[in-house]
Amino acid sequence: MTKQTKVIELEEVVVKFAGDSGDGMQLTGTQFSDSSAMFGNDLSTFPDYPSEIRAPQGTIAGVSGFQVHIGHKEIATPGDLADVLVAMNPAALKKYLTSVKIGGTIIIDIDNFDNKSYKKAEYSDDPLSDGSLNGYTIVKAPISSLTLATVNDMNLGIDNKTADKTKNQFVMGMLYWLFNRNMNDGIEFLKKKFSKKPVLVDANIEVLKAGYNYAETIEAMTTTFMVSPLDRKGKFRNITGNVATAWGLIAASERSGRPLFLGSYPITPATEILQELSARKHMGVKTFQAEDEIAGICSAIGASYTGHLAATSTSGPGLALKSEAIGLAVITELPLVVVNVQRGGPATGLPTKPEQADLLQALYGRNGESPCIVIAASTPANCYDYAYMAAKLSVEHMTPVILLTDGYLANGSELMQVRPVSEFPEIKPRIVKDNDTEYKPYLRDAETLARSWAMPGQEGLRHRVGGLEKSNITGEVSHDPFNHEDMVVIREEKVQRVADYIPEQTVIGEDKGELLVVGWGGTYGALISAVQDLQKEGRKISLCQFNYIKPLPKNVDKIFSRFDKIVVCELNLGQFKQYLQSQYPKYDYLQFNKVQGLPFLISELKEKFYQILEEK
Amino acid sequence: MENEVKVEGLSKKDFTVTNPVKWCAGCGGFSILSSVQAALPEVTEKKENVVFVSGIGCSSRFPYYINTYGFHSLHGRAMAIASGIKTANPKLDVWMVTGDGDSMAIGGNHFIHLIRRNININLLLFNNKIYGLTKGQYSPTTPKGSKTKTSPEGTIEDPFNPGELTLGAQGTFFARVLDTDPKMMKEVFLQAAKHKGTSIVEILQNCVIFNNQVHADITGKEVKDEHTIYLEHGKPMIFGNERDKGIMMGKNFKLEVVKLGENGITEKDLMIHDAYNPDPTIHFMLTRLARPEFPMALGVIRQFELEPYEILLEQQVKSAMAATKIKTMDDLLCSPGVFEI
Repeated sequence: MTKQTKVIELEEVVVKFAGDSGDGMQLTGTQFSDSSAMFGNDLSTFPDYPSEIRAPQGTIAGVSGFQVHIGHKEIATPGDLADVLVAMNPAALKKYLTSVKIGGTIIIDIDNFDNKSYKKAEYSDDPLSDGSLNGYTIVKAPISSLTLATVNDMNLGIDNKTADKTKNQFVMGMLYWLFNRNMNDGIEFLKKKFSKKPVLVDANIEVLKAGYNYAETIEAMTTTFMVSPLDRKGKFRNITGNVATAWGLIAASERSGRPLFLGSYPITPATEILQELSARKHMGVKTFQAEDEIAGICSAIGASYTGHLAATSTSGPGLALKSEAIGLAVITELPLVVVNVQRGGPATGLPTKPEQADLLQALYGRNGESPCIVIAASTPANCYDYAYMAAKLSVEHMTPVILLTDGYLANGSELMQVRPVSEFPEIKPRIVKDNDTEYKPYLRDAETLARSWAMPGQEGLRHRVGGLEKSNITGEVSHDPFNHEDMVVIREEKVQRVADYIPEQTVIGEDKGELLVVGWGGTYGALISAVQDLQKEGRKISLCQFNYIKPLPKNVDKIFSRFDKIVVCELNLGQFKQYLQSQYPKYDYLQFNKVQGLPFLISELKEKFYQILEEK
Repeated sequence: MENEVKVEGLSKKDFTVTNPVKWCAGCGGFSILSSVQAALPEVTEKKENVVFVSGIGCSSRFPYYINTYGFHSLHGRAMAIASGIKTANPKLDVWMVTGDGDSMAIGGNHFIHLIRRNININLLLFNNKIYGLTKGQYSPTTPKGSKTKTSPEGTIEDPFNPGELTLGAQGTFFARVLDTDPKMMKEVFLQAAKHKGTSIVEILQNCVIFNNQVHADITGKEVKDEHTIYLEHGKPMIFGNERDKGIMMGKNFKLEVVKLGENGITEKDLMIHDAYNPDPTIHFMLTRLARPEFPMALGVIRQFELEPYEILLEQQVKSAMAATKIKTMDDLLCSPGVFEI
């Protein structure tokens, strides 16, 4: 008997997977994302996992979530509220119920909903009968027991514990049905994933099918969704911000002809950059897992001295530890890319949560006058572009660049269109020729003020660099007061002149209007979504999302002057606002801040913008 | 190893600078510098391949006083910077100059990890047992009880012995020399340079201003032969003005000083120095030999060959590059995981 089902066409849909840390929700989420991407949807994902590796089972602290937003249109954020929540236990339901749209579908593993689990999840009543789920479509699926039964029927000799681990495929099967997808993608994925354990391939595929058939059969699910593919062509990859950052550095290495060296120390949420590059030795990449953050950056500075494209990756507390060494790169005028994947601070703070509160640290957090180029990526995929630009600016201008991303970009993923590396701008390192008799360590390019790069091993160029102030041009140690002042001014001016080599700031929307929304870095997705919603309503609102922070693009003043009001939105207490105020003091800057270790919600942004637009 | 062929064309002069060397008159640094400059022509293939890296402190001004590539870095961080240099470009001859404060205190962590990784760097540790550049505070190697500017009643800290620290960190090469003995320095520097791995050379150095005569009990002309023993691999452990004393393994696995000819003891009863022994137990004992019961051990105490870090890394990179089909960024972008819409 085939049941009657209604197919609803959707422009976009948000699905959230939640369960115990060990339930495989990250994998399920990734699998669903990849299959959506192959189907042709645009997407954006965000994992939300606890900083504990395995918090006590069944507790809210142990819930691991993965949100994916797929669309027939371009998708800029992982989405505010979920249309579909998969909750593998009561704790997952409790943690994320408020993140589900009223009227949304909640699939629960009914096998895990008993009094004992309610207690662990700190429910005083049975949530299934206390009325708290009124207004949602609840699908009570016996996921665990049907998974076990399916695997046991196959007589593969798989123990119950292992069998239980395949239950995420049951969920996948249900979703394939719910979203009218072809299961073949899922089957291919499993064949690859478990290629070394054929028994598990069979079990997982069977469980996947069981989930699909179950969803097709039960009466509780009568509506399915269809999110059609986007009308676009090309090669794409689903990529996280951290992998994109690593790849951007490899691309820059290839284009500059400088081998890549990463000196780094593991730190959440930046670790994947080190991991990814460690796995890229086949591209000639050398990674050095240092004994601490300081050795991470110092080894990179050493590598830079030898002529490598050198980078170090870290998060806020690590950036603090690297401060002195960044100053060394500033004064020795050696290229270096410092990637700071921001997280909640201060100190250890919120290691797995995003925040933008390291901006002033990046700009000013060093002793002495110690200017760095500071740039920020704004989407997971453009971490690739900005890592590339960070490397380019660093080697062409002979000064360290701090690239800011955040935990949200780093772990979130989206589709990246594959472009040939040759389409990226050339990178021309300022390498001195052997036996250049004119060579002086601090002789500078007249336009950029950059010095040149001479490497140990090169003939006729022996010289010394170091943390002591040097005489301009000759590079001899100098305590001359006027030379010091000159050098301080030159180092600052050198960074300011980078403004001639970066693109102008763009405005999304009309170039004049009532309200200019200003953001920087990783808040792009939420800000563009909110701004575009208001633009569709005819509001005179535009967005200016900054990627180049120090120096600022040259046309900022012109942009700001054409709006009645400016609101700076950021995930801190107003650091970019403070910086803009110092650069362009003639404007009044409104601010909207959030410091909860969470990204902006589109809804709260819109509310704020309405409020500002209505105030006279 | 002793018969060095001098590389044609290179001489001490290739490594000297015309700029003034700004150490205090009478500083032990001068003789060390001169010995390094004397050794380099014998172990350097190409003078441009030599890099001197230092941290902060009196000794760390060294790169400014020698004509090579040089990096005068941050306090305590030279080990990390030198690690990056050598790892990035293993062809370079990387030397490091540091002091007891720079390497044992602020740079202690980098010191042990450099040694543990066994990166092929020659580290010259100028041990004057005092902070000189900040004018006379005690250091991690200052003997307990010493009165300094920050220990007016005498230090209450036990000092580090750099040899023990090196061996504890799984060091493959440790030597100890005197700043008053250029011949010994040069000989040991040559061995350090030839050792493939991290070579730690502790140089007992005099600070003429803040810790004058700190090593006088070891370096003094009239006491030196009695108070020190120069160890050479494969040779019996003999010392003394008359070369009449030796070191023997005694009861309970403890070293003993014995007199040749007394109680029937001959040279055959003495320990033969085995610097190449992978087991560091005896080397530990030797680094700990201390006055007044024992002579202080000098020379190469341990030299054990182990493939250095940067070579292993290069091998991994080379074999990964040889094995892959993904050679360019465009290959990587189109590697599995890519899909076409």
